[in-house]
Order: sequence, then structure tokens, then C-alpha cells
Amino acid sequence: MKTAVIVFPGSNCDRDAAEALRMVTGHAPAMIWHQETSLPDGLDLAVIPGGFSYGDYLRSGAIAARSPITRDLVKRAEDGMPVLGVCNGFQILIETGLLPGALMRNAGLLFVCERTPLQIENTNSRFTRSYGETREVTIPVAHHDGNYFADNETLDRLEGEGQVAFRYLNNPNGSIRDIAGITNAKGNVLGMMPHPERAVDPVHGGTDGLGVFESLLGGTA
Amino acid sequence: MTDISPRYAPGITEEIALEHVTADEYETILRVLGRAPNMVELGIFSVMWSEHCSYKSSRVHLKKFPVTGERVVYGPGENAGVIDIDDGDVAVFKMESHNHPSYIEPYQGAATGVGGILRDVFTMGARPVALMNALRFGAPDHPKTRQLVSGVVAGIGGYGNCVGVPTVGGETNFDKGYNGNILVNAMAVGLAKREGIFTAAAKEAGFPVLYVGAKTGRDGIHGATMASAEFGEGSEEKRPTVQVGDPFTEKKLIEACLELMAEDAISSIQDMGAAGLTSSSVEMASRGGLGIELDLDHVPQRETGMTAYEMMLSESQERMLMILKPGAEPIAERIFRKWDLDVATIGKTTDTGRMVLKHKGETVCDLPLDPIGEEAPAYTRPWFEPEARASIDPRSMKGPEHLGEALLTLMASSDMASKRWIWGQYDRHVMADTIASSEDPADAAIVRVHGTNKALAITTDCTPRYCYADPFEGGKQAVAETWRNLTAVGADPIAITDCLNFGNPERPEIMGQFVGCVEGMAEACRALSFPVVSGNVSLYNETDGKAIPPTPAVGGVGLLPDLSKRAGFGGMKEGDVVLLVGETRGELGASLYMRHVEEKEDGAPPHVDLAAEKRNGDFVRAEIRAGRARVVHDISDGGLACAVADMTMASGIGVKLAYNGSLPAYAWMFGEDQARYLIAADAATAETIRQNAITANIPVSVAGIAGGRAISINGGHALDLIRLKQAHENWLPALMTAEPARAAE
Repeated sequence: MKTAVIVFPGSNCDRDAAEALRMVTGHAPAMIWHQETSLPDGLDLAVIPGGFSYGDYLRSGAIAARSPITRDLVKRAEDGMPVLGVCNGFQILIETGLLPGALMRNAGLLFVCERTPLQIENTNSRFTRSYGETREVTIPVAHHDGNYFADNETLDRLEGEGQVAFRYLNNPNGSIRDIAGITNAKGNVLGMMPHPERAVDPVHGGTDGLGVFESLLGGTA
Repeated sequence: MTDISPRYAPGITEEIALEHVTADEYETILRVLGRAPNMVELGIFSVMWSEHCSYKSSRVHLKKFPVTGERVVYGPGENAGVIDIDDGDVAVFKMESHNHPSYIEPYQGAATGVGGILRDVFTMGARPVALMNALRFGAPDHPKTRQLVSGVVAGIGGYGNCVGVPTVGGETNFDKGYNGNILVNAMAVGLAKREGIFTAAAKEAGFPVLYVGAKTGRDGIHGATMASAEFGEGSEEKRPTVQVGDPFTEKKLIEACLELMAEDAISSIQDMGAAGLTSSSVEMASRGGLGIELDLDHVPQRETGMTAYEMMLSESQERMLMILKPGAEPIAERIFRKWDLDVATIGKTTDTGRMVLKHKGETVCDLPLDPIGEEAPAYTRPWFEPEARASIDPRSMKGPEHLGEALLTLMASSDMASKRWIWGQYDRHVMADTIASSEDPADAAIVRVHGTNKALAITTDCTPRYCYADPFEGGKQAVAETWRNLTAVGADPIAITDCLNFGNPERPEIMGQFVGCVEGMAEACRALSFPVVSGNVSLYNETDGKAIPPTPAVGGVGLLPDLSKRAGFGGMKEGDVVLLVGETRGELGASLYMRHVEEKEDGAPPHVDLAAEKRNGDFVRAEIRAGRARVVHDISDGGLACAVADMTMASGIGVKLAYNGSLPAYAWMFGEDQARYLIAADAATAETIRQNAITANIPVSVAGIAGGRAISINGGHALDLIRLKQAHENWLPALMTAEPARAAE
């Protein structure tokens, strides 16, 4: 499986994402600098890692969404290539328009870092199918702007189409309808605030994040 | 008086001169220069000879610390200490204060404290892997406290979270002694390969001097001087001397520097911290016995019309000075341009032993470097020991009627209550190597060495109320507790960094606190083979003549050679036997029991028997390494009962304590005797550990049995776990969300 991690100035979970991919796929991902204009051919997955791209100045994810590499990323995503955006990566995916809605400042106004119980809403998605019968997982969050919002019509559509991938069981940030992660309509793009790459090794205190990466292994066609 | 005429350069009056240096120091300058200094030169002397940079009041005493050891690669004198952690790996660490700026502007003061300590670590070629902080605030009900807490915590989080280095632990105290001067001490730990370490000393003349990072502005001018004076009326007006941090630039600077360090390009490197361009250039040149020549026209500037004086004294953040190998400029330029950072060759090293600065075609400074270091003032300030306090007889009190309620009072007190509201705002998991942080039941933070099965254990400790009661014993205790916390997770304690926070050293009683604490620390460091490898001194923490309690914060680092052989204080099971290792005499002096239950600050602090500390600790560590002791907790603040409370909350199971010794039960439960640990294990394992202790001549007893949903003593005085946890968790959130305090003092 051929994977890539996009690196923006200010990304800080790029190494963690790369380690998780290497652990699951057996291969190191390509690390793609934001100034590149195209992704490698034949990619099975691109990960937009967490962090503070461009310092989160202006608005979280806003500048990265206009970075040179992002143009090709959006095109490939529209063509069906799987894309996983974690935390700042989720914020960037929203800013590109690949995913609907907005991520606002946490309802409590404070940065939140905690291990968060999640409900897996859609176990058929290409990002969650390896979880099998498991419905509840615990994955850490760490963010200041994770308060998901969309209008009711969008939310109803997301829920109706099975695009809500994860919901918080103990909502840490005020997200509407407890939404923690969503996919696009085609199901090849997932954005989520929790960090699956921080729960892939028993010494992390749990390996509930592995499923997100393992699900992608099972064939991407 | 030196016979030099004119005594003042044009534009400088006696008043201006004395704003920069003391009268004696001015005489020294006249003597070594043989002429009057100009404004730029005067500015350079003022920062280099400030307390903050020259350690003029503390230097003679800091020499008392042991600074060498088998694993010490670099001790004090470099940007950070370096220790060997096997396999060619080294750990690089230091702690530093940012007290004065954090009181004036809590967010930026704390944020730039984090930024500065990170630079000290990556300057040496290490990737920062962990941040810690030791915070002291005023009384919870003081009108300023909440604003300071929220600003400082937001600043630490805002910076650390963004640069992507996990904030894994620390400590927070509230005490009215810090009402006018909070303490913000930040510690950073980094990892490198031993052969990849960089140092600051210039090596050869004729090498290019490169400025990299952010542009220079007018912020922070005279920050080092501000940090060397007391506060009084109008301290808030010093806000312009506080720097402004940009963690995004710092993150880019870390990556760019580490990228360049992997090339064969850098000869030596130094961050621009306190006193900015001045101290970095002076130190690099003088450590190498060379000279330096800079053309200030090439310094990247954020504002127009900056004078040479302003550029040399600016403390703008996120800047580095490096001396390159000749011809390496293009490599450096490529890497720093890639990261969108300023880069400029601003001068070269020389063999003149002088610092020459040019600005707009004129020489604006020409100083011999040696005297700046050699003639720096060093004072042996007068001091006296505080009067010793009488010890407290543990049998002298009536004791509380309900021991469970007394325990609840302690666990919900400002000292013992959960600090989740604080550490919940720090990213503790980025880099994916955090094994234990503030949220986890472990006496020290544990951070894996990336890609290996070994880890660093890290802790910060100090008990200011002990230091106030008896500086020497308090100094010993700060080091001993650090050592004990590392031991309690199973690590080999290796070395410490420190941050010595005190009041005005010109007052003999304050100087007495300083000397006592340093000597106590030094004694403990020697006894425990636990050398000091880096550190920082922060004096003049005093407002309107009122000093802070003496606070020598200690940051310790240890090595866990095998992650599978570690201990924490959670995971206790029904029926586990709780063993008490170490001797209990019921030391209640200066204890939390006295403070929060008896509401007195009386008594001599616990005596620290360093031989017992070493013996008991080595025993506990061996039991952890043997795989027998997996649930271990050190006993410190609040005594045995508070340690048991931690274990019960972390394990979700109660403990039935049993005691039939000669002390009153409250003294046994709340005495803060040192060199003690609790170990919980199943009955058979506990018996083996107990026998091993007896064989090794280590005091050991059974303190209780795990079970139920309450903590009880001799079948009574029960404290329900749910009530305990609620009270313990709710104290700080309640404080931070309560209605604003009334303006009353």
C-alpha cells in the first residue's frame, strides 16, 4: 500500500502519522512538502496530519487549504483517492470544501487534551470497517478549534447518508450532535478531530486508533 | 576614582550611567576601557553584568554543587546539561524561570518562557521531546490569582501545543507568599546522539557569523535588567519589556536548525535569549577566546530606524546566532529560505579578542571581551541563617475527630487538589512517545526514547514551606523528593537541573535562605550521586519589600532501561497488601496537615536522612526491576494517607488501613517523614517483598489491605471514594469558574 503524509510548516503530527502508517502497512509513507505541486502517482492514501499549519494564523486550516500541494490533493480526492485528515487535517479538509461544515473554537473556550470515548457510527466505511463488532473506542483529542457545526439540513444529510463516522460519547468541545468525524458523500475522505495515530501502540495506553489505518489496508478499490 | 577624563561620553550623564550599572561597576568600566563607554557599550555592560546574566550574587555559592558524574557529558556552562543514556544517545535538559515577565503579562511571559527553554535545548542539537513546568501562584482568593493562572496556563499551552512538544508534567502551588510575585519555571528535555551535540564556543577566526530566525524588533529591551530588580508601584508599566512569542516561527526554527545540523555546516551555535544579540555574540566569542565583528546594518529588522543600542538589547524571540564553517552559507540559506525564516550573514569571528560593532559605516562599539567576563562583579553578600524552628511532638495535638474528614480536607486543599484544569489544556501526547503524563498515575512523567524500548523519567519538585522553615533541610528535601519520584517509577535517577527562585539577595536573611538551600541541595546531590548539570537563578522575586518563600525548584531526569519494568500507582486490586517502606516517626512540622487541618504553619520540616533515602530507594527500584513491585507510590505532601488516596482514586478501589503502633493515628497517617514508599501487591508477592526488605534491613510494615469503596482506618473513619474524588477534582474548576472575587485584599 502506497501512502503519503502532507507536511505544512507548523504540522506537528506528521512523524506520528508516518509511524502509524509504517506500523500498519510495513512501508514508510512519502513525506510531501507543501510547496510540491503534485502527489506521487498511484497513491492509496494521503494523510493530512495534525498540528498548527501556518501557526493557525487567520483561521485554523485556512492558509493550508490554499497551499500549492492542496490543489492536487483536492483533485485526487475528487477522483476517489482516500484522504484522512486528523485534527488540523480535518480543519484543512473543511477549508478546502471537501467536507461540509465548520470547526469553531471549543465551547469551553479552552484547549482540550484528553482520551475521549467515541461511538463508531458507520462501521461500513472504508475507514472503520476493520473495527468489526466494536462500537466504542477511546482515542485522544488535543485541540482548541474542534467544535463542529453545520446547518440542520447538512446535518440531516450527513446522518442520513451514513457520513457521520464517529460521535463523542462525552462531548469535549460542544460539537453539534456530538460529531467527532465525518466522511464526504463518496466515502473516500474522512476528517476527524481525535488522533488515531496516538493510539496505535500498547504503551499509548490503548490501540483503538489502529482500526482507522487497518480498515484502509483491506483493499482500496 | 578612576582618573579618566571625560568621565562620560557625549550624550551620557551620571544619571544615565547609573541607570545601567552601579557606581562601582562604572568605575571598573572606565578602568578596563581607559575611556568613557558610549551608549551602546554601556548597554552591553548593563545587560552582561545584570544579575540575570552574570549571577553576581549567586556565583560563589553555585560552585558548591557537584557537577560531574559518570553519565554527565556537559554540565553547567553550556546552554543545557547533557547526560549519557546509553547506546550513543544523550538527553539534554534545562529549567529556567520567567517569573517577572509572567507577572506583568501572564500569557506572553509564560509563552516566551517555554520558547526560551526550548531554544536552549535544540541549540545543542537535540530534538525537544518533553516540556514540564513548575508554577507558584498567590493565595487562591487573591484578586489577581485567577487571571494569572488562566493567562499563564494559556500561554504555556498556546506555545507548547503549537510547537508540537508534549507538556508531560509539572507542579502547581498556591500560597499567599506569591501574591506579588508568581513563579513560572519551565523545563525542556531533548534527545540527541552524543556525536550530534553542538556547543556555543567559537572555534576559529574568520568564520562567518549567521543570524537566523525572526526579525529584530524593539520588544524586550532591558528584559534581563527588569528580571534583576524588585517590583513596586507601577510594575505593570513594565509591560513593554516583555517579549512577544511566536510558536509557529519557533517550530520552523527547530526544524530548520535540526535540518542544518544534519549537514556539515555549523561550527557553533547559540540562541538569542536574555540580552539577545549581546549575550549570544559575547558568549560565543569569549568562550572560544576569540573576537567578533558584526555589521548591524545586516541584522534583519522588523521596524525602521532602530539604533545599534536597541538592536543589541532587543529580546525579540525565536532568533539564533550561528558560526558557520566557511563556505557553508549557501546550505544554510537554502534551508532557512525553505522554512521562510530570515537568514543573514552579519559578521565574522576575529582573533582580536574584541567585540567590534559597525552601524551605518561607523564603529559604534569596540570592547575587549575578556574583562566583560573576568571583571564581572561577583559578590559575597552577607547572610545569616534563619532561627531554627522547634520540632513538633506528634503526640502534642488533640487530632481530628474524624480522620476520613481530615483526609478529605487535605485532598481537596489547594496543595493536593487535582490540577486537571491546568494540564487538561496541554497537549501531552504529541510525538506519540508519552508513556505517562500528568493524567497518569505515576510519580514521574515517562517519555519513550523514540524507536527504542527505553524511556526518560522526568519530574519537578520543591516544597517551599520546608525551605522557608529550614532552608538547608528544604534544599535537601527538594533533591531527595526528585530522586524518589524517579525511583518510584523504576528509573535510575541521573542528574538534575534547577531553578533557584528567591527574593532580594541584598537582604541578609534572603541571602541566608539562598545559601542554606544551595548547601542542602548540594549535600543531597552528593549523597545520591545526582549531579546538577544545568540551571538558572532568579532573584529579586519580591514586591514592596515582601519576598517569596524560598523556592529552589528541581527538575530531575532518570533512565528507564526497559519500559516493561516500570511502576505506577494505579491498578491496585481487591485483596492487595499495601506495604509501607521506610521509617515513620510522625513528622508533622511544616506539614500540609498542620497547614490545612490545624491551620498553623508551625514546626521544623521533616529531617531528610540521605542514607535511608538511598537505601530505601535502591531497594524499591530493585523490586520494580525484578517485576515484583508494579504499584508503587512515593510518600510526600500529606503523608501516607494522601498517597493512599491517590492510589485508591487511580485504582477505583478502597483501602482498609490498619495501625496499632505507638504514634497517634493522625501522626501516622499525615506525618511527612521522608524516604518512604507504598507498594501494593497480591499477598504472596507482598510477603516476598516484605521478607526481602527485612533481609536488607529496610523498615517495612503492612499499612493496609485494598478493598471496598472507601478509605478507612482501623475499621472506622471511612471516607467514601466518590466523595473523595469529587472534592479532589472540583476544587480548581470551582475556583476558575467562580464569580469574580471582590477587590478586597
